[in-house]
Amino acid sequence: MLSVTEHKEIEFSSELLIKFDEIVTRYPQGKQKSALLPVLHLVQAEYGWISPEAMDKVAAYLQIKPIEVYEVATFYTMFFLRPQGKYVLEVCRTGPCCLVGAEKIMTHIENTLGVKEGEVTADGMFSWRGVECLAACGMAPVLQIGPEYTFYEHLTEESVDKLIETLKNKI
Amino acid sequence: MARKLLLENINVPGIHTFDVYRQNGGYRSVEKAIKSMTPDAIVEEVKTSGLRGRGGAGFPTGMKWSFLAKPEGRERYLVCNADESEPGTFKDRYLMTHIPHLLIEGMIVSSFALGAKTSYIYVRGEMMPQIRILERAIAEAKNAGFLGKNILGSGYDLELYVQPGGGAYICGEETALIESLEGKRGNPRIKPPFPAISGVWACPTVVNNVETIAAVVPIINDGGDEYAKVGNGRSTGTKLISASGNLKKPGVYEIELGLPVEEFIYSDEYCGGIANGKRLKAVVAGGSSVPILPANLILNTINGQPRLMSYESLSDGGFQSGSMLGSGGFIAFDEDQCIVRNTWNFSRFYHHESCGQCSPCREGTGWMEKVLHRLEYGHGKMSDIDLLVDVSKKIEGNTICPLGDAAAWPVASAIRHFRDEFEWHVTNPKEAMERNYGLAKYADPLPKLEEVVSEN
Ligand SMILES: Cc1cc2nc3c(=O)[nH]c(=O)nc-3n(C[C@H](O)[C@H](O)[C@H](O)COP(=O)(O)O)c2cc1C
Ligand code: SF4
Ligand code: FES
Repeated sequence: MLSVTEHKEIEFSSELLIKFDEIVTRYPQGKQKSALLPVLHLVQAEYGWISPEAMDKVAAYLQIKPIEVYEVATFYTMFFLRPQGKYVLEVCRTGPCCLVGAEKIMTHIENTLGVKEGEVTADGMFSWRGVECLAACGMAPVLQIGPEYTFYEHLTEESVDKLIETLKNKI
Repeated sequence: MARKLLLENINVPGIHTFDVYRQNGGYRSVEKAIKSMTPDAIVEEVKTSGLRGRGGAGFPTGMKWSFLAKPEGRERYLVCNADESEPGTFKDRYLMTHIPHLLIEGMIVSSFALGAKTSYIYVRGEMMPQIRILERAIAEAKNAGFLGKNILGSGYDLELYVQPGGGAYICGEETALIESLEGKRGNPRIKPPFPAISGVWACPTVVNNVETIAAVVPIINDGGDEYAKVGNGRSTGTKLISASGNLKKPGVYEIELGLPVEEFIYSDEYCGGIANGKRLKAVVAGGSSVPILPANLILNTINGQPRLMSYESLSDGGFQSGSMLGSGGFIAFDEDQCIVRNTWNFSRFYHHESCGQCSPCREGTGWMEKVLHRLEYGHGKMSDIDLLVDVSKKIEGNTICPLGDAAAWPVASAIRHFRDEFEWHVTNPKEAMERNYGLAKYADPLPKLEEVVSEN
C-alpha cells in the first residue's frame, strides 16, 4: 500500500538529475519510460525509500502518468514504500538457505535488534526482512544491505553480531 | 580433469580486467567473427554446436536465432537474461563477478550475428555489485575499440547497456523481462507473438541466458564441431552447475554434460559428498521448479542405468521417476531435512512471486502454500494430500507463463515420491513438530531398485 506519512515537497538534486539524463540516453527516442526502474533505484539510494511525492516527481521527469510509476513501484519488492532503518538487513529465506540454517539466523536477528520483520529499531538504525533466493545459495546463509547491496555470506550468529556492531559504530 | 570451456581462466589473477582477459586470449572470437565471418555463418556455427539455452528451457540456441524476424528498417535487439532468481541457481552471478568480459565478448559476437545495434544485459536489481562490474567491463571494452562505433574498423556499431531489475523472479521469464525493460510491471505476455517477431518496443528480439551467451565464445573460437564433441549425445558442451544444500563443497562447477550424478555428488573434484558425514535423502537437480527426486532415483534411473548430468538422462522416466536439468541448480538434501517443510517453503516462494495475472496461478499457489503450511504445522488432514495434487493439476498447463507449472511440479513430485512423509505429518502431528521423518526408504547407498518398485 502507498502510505502517505507526511506530505513533503521534494526536489531532486542536480547531481541526481544528471544521472537520470544519462540513463534516458540508453533507450530509443520516446522510450524514456524504460528508465523507470534505474531511476527509482537512484531515488531510493538517495532518500532510503520512495515516497508518493517522489513517484510524482519521477513521473513528471519521465513524462509519464503518475499511475505508471505507482504500479511499478508497488510491483517490485526492492522498492520500499515506507521509511526503513538506515541499514536494512535482507536475509534470504528460501529453501537452499534454510537447509543450512537461514531460519535460525532470522530469529537471531529479530532477537538481537528487538524488532519484528519490517519494523524499524527505535534509534532508526536498523530494519530487517526475509527476501527470496538471492542467487547465492552456495554461500548460504546470506544477507544483503542496500543501497550498494553489499553481500554477507556463510552467516553465523557470531558473524551477524559482529556485522551489527560494525554498522552501529559506523558514522 | 574435465574440459572447461567457460571457466578455464577463472583463477588467473586479474582476469576481471580487460588487459589480463585479453592477454589470455580474450576477444579473439570478436576479431574472428567480425573480420572473417558473416552473421549467417555465425548462426550456422551455433546451430552446429548443438548449444541449448542455459536459462532453463534448453531450447536450441541456433534455431532460436534463425527465427529472428528481419524486417527492413526495423531495429533488432539482443537482451541478455541475467535475472537469475530461480532458487538454487547462482552460476550467472559467479560468471559475471569473476569473468565479466566473457559475457561482454559473447554479447558482441551474438549481437553481430543477430544484426543488433543496441543490446541490453538485464541484471536482477539485487546484483548492484555485478552491475558495477559489468559497467566497468563495458567501458574497458569500448575503450579498446571492441564496442561503440565502427568496431575494429568493420563499420559495425554496437552499444551495450546494463539494465537493473527490481526484485521479481517473474522477470526472468522472457516476455516479463521485456515488459520490465520497457519500464512496466513484470507481467508475462501472451504468446504468440513470440519475441523473435515482436519483443522489446515491438521490435524483433532474442532473449538469452548469461551462460548461453558466454558459450558462444568457445563455439566461435574453436568451431561448432569442436564444441559438439564435448558432452553427451544431444547434450553438447559444458554446463555450469550451481551446487547448494547439504554438500561438503557447495559452489559453481563447470561440468562436461554427461557426467554421472554420483560422481558429481561424491567425487572430490566436485561436491565431495554430503556434509557432516550425513546421508543423502533427496535432490532437486535443476532449480526449485523441477521435480524433486529421492536419492535412489537421482543416482540411478528407474531402469537401473546410472543417472547422468544431461538433459536426456535427468528427464529419463518422465514425471514418474525423472526430473530435468533446468537451470542447473543442484540442491542436495541430507537425512535431517523435512520434505514437507521444504515443499511449503517453495510454495511460499511461488505464491510470493506469482504476477497475479492468471487465476489458477495466483489462487492456486496461495492455496498450496496454505495447505502445506497446515500440514507442516500439525493441522493437516489426510485429504489435504490429494487436495494438493488436485490443485497442482489445475494450475499445470492452464496459465499464461510457465511459472504456474514451476509452482505445481515441486508439490506434485514431493507427494509422488515422499507421500509417506506427508501422511506421517498427518498421523503424528506432535512428533512431526519435534523431529523429522528421517531417511525412510529414500537413502543412499541405494536400496535394491526392485524393492523400491515393489513397495510402491
Ligand atoms: C518463471 C520463470 C523464470 C525464469 N527465470 C529465468 C532466469 O532467471 N534466467 C534465465 O536465463 N532464464 C529464465 N527463464 C527462462 C526464460 O524465459 C528464457 O527461456 C531464457 O532466458 C531463454 O534463454 P536461453 O535460451 O539462453 O536459455 C525463466 C522462465 C520462467 C518461466
Ligand atoms: S502463470 Fe502466474 S506468473 Fe505466469 S503470467 Fe500467470 S499469474 Fe503471472
Ligand atoms: S536460497 Fe538463499 S541465496 Fe538462494
